[in-house]
Amino acid sequence: MKKEEVPQDESNLSKSNIKELIYATDTNGNYTTELSSGWEPKTIALNNSLLEINERIAIANEQVKNGEISSIVYFMEKSRMEINVLASYVSKWQWQVKRHFKPQVFAKLSDKMLQKYADVFNISIFELKNFKGE
Amino acid sequence: METNFTHHQSAHCENGVASNLLKHNGLNISEPMVFGIGSGLFFVYLPFIKVNYAPAISYRPMPGIIFNRLAKRLGLKIKRIKFSSEANAAKQLDENLKKNIPTGLQVGVYNLTYFPDEYRFHFNAHNLVVYGKTETDYLISDPVMETVTTLTHQELNKVRFAKGAFAPRGQMYYPIEIPQNIDLKSAIIKGIKNTCRDMLAPMPIIGVRGIRFVARKIKKWPVKHGTKKTNHYLAQIVRMQEEIGTGGGGFRFIYAAFLQEAAVILQNEKLKELSAEMTIIGDAWRDFAVNASRIYKNRSTQTDGYNAISDELLAIADKEEMFFKKLKLAIS
Repeated sequence: MKKEEVPQDESNLSKSNIKELIYATDTNGNYTTELSSGWEPKTIALNNSLLEINERIAIANEQVKNGEISSIVYFMEKSRMEINVLASYVSKWQWQVKRHFKPQVFAKLSDKMLQKYADVFNISIFELKNFKGE
Repeated sequence: METNFTHHQSAHCENGVASNLLKHNGLNISEPMVFGIGSGLFFVYLPFIKVNYAPAISYRPMPGIIFNRLAKRLGLKIKRIKFSSEANAAKQLDENLKKNIPTGLQVGVYNLTYFPDEYRFHFNAHNLVVYGKTETDYLISDPVMETVTTLTHQELNKVRFAKGAFAPRGQMYYPIEIPQNIDLKSAIIKGIKNTCRDMLAPMPIIGVRGIRFVARKIKKWPVKHGTKKTNHYLAQIVRMQEEIGTGGGGFRFIYAAFLQEAAVILQNEKLKELSAEMTIIGDAWRDFAVNASRIYKNRSTQTDGYNAISDELLAIADKEEMFFKKLKLAIS
């Protein structure tokens, strides 16, 4: 890529005034670096992934509303986590976390366990217990 | 307290931290040099591991490997410490800062407050340097940022003990010994040989063969998983290839920059030609990203679009196979 071709598109980075470093060639074909504010194909890729996550959050929200799953799933999706990540944050096995997704099991969880989840999601126990879908 | 550390922005976090720490210790080595000697160029496809619900693809080796190889090839000694206790991790870091040692850390990205929200994922192989501490904050040199920044004591503790794949476990590292005389030439040759070996490996999911494997999969995904999932997979490939830290084109441009530097040091004209060739291959990767992004942007459901980018990727694999064969010859 030539230095003058380094893309300067708007992106999620440029919104925060961050630029990233790209290696590119100058007019003599020698390597140098140039800052880039963003590149459209990348922004589309990232937005595509964020859209997927928002869909997952919306589905979890519906399911919590219908009483099919516990609020843990909603906050897990909201924190962009997968089960394996959440399980290691609360020091439990994945099957144990999966059990906590069941509303009946969730209702019986100790305050100590709930506190662990609340801390991971950066919310209070009260919010975790009382979230019934938006 | 504050160490007199100079921040240089880099494309990739691990090379950047390595280059910045070594520069601080009097060894002037560029980011592409770190990347090339550490054999940072790589490709691996791990369909059985899912990241964000898509098969894992990586354009670089496991975290930590680049710096370790570099150290071995240059005869440097790097101290690495992992912790089970958070208090102990903080104490050791503070002691280092008191001794005026800027220290590299492996951290999780999710709680890095200075990153834009869109970039905060549970990715644990990020690297940064802590070069000082105030009453409330740690002074941070994150190589992918233009300038230095800060994190509160609590925030730094959080990112050091992020959980999930590649959990950093508070890992800190810093050079403890740098020899007077460094044999750059033989280190460069070892680095290039290793990369050629990796990229031409006789394994279906690694290097050039790995690229072909993915290319063939792209043709099958729409039939097997439907277009929505396929588009998600493609977006993931493009993100791994282009997202912050690769310097563009899945590290191909950094590698081309390395070959150019190496050509001068080894006085090998052939490497300069190959650098130009690698640039062209990097451009081909960029074109692939453009065409892939068109597919998922338009949410097009025709399969010929997938066939076209699959063929494009196969062509890249062919070019790279020829390239690494030539590169192997050029240094033998």
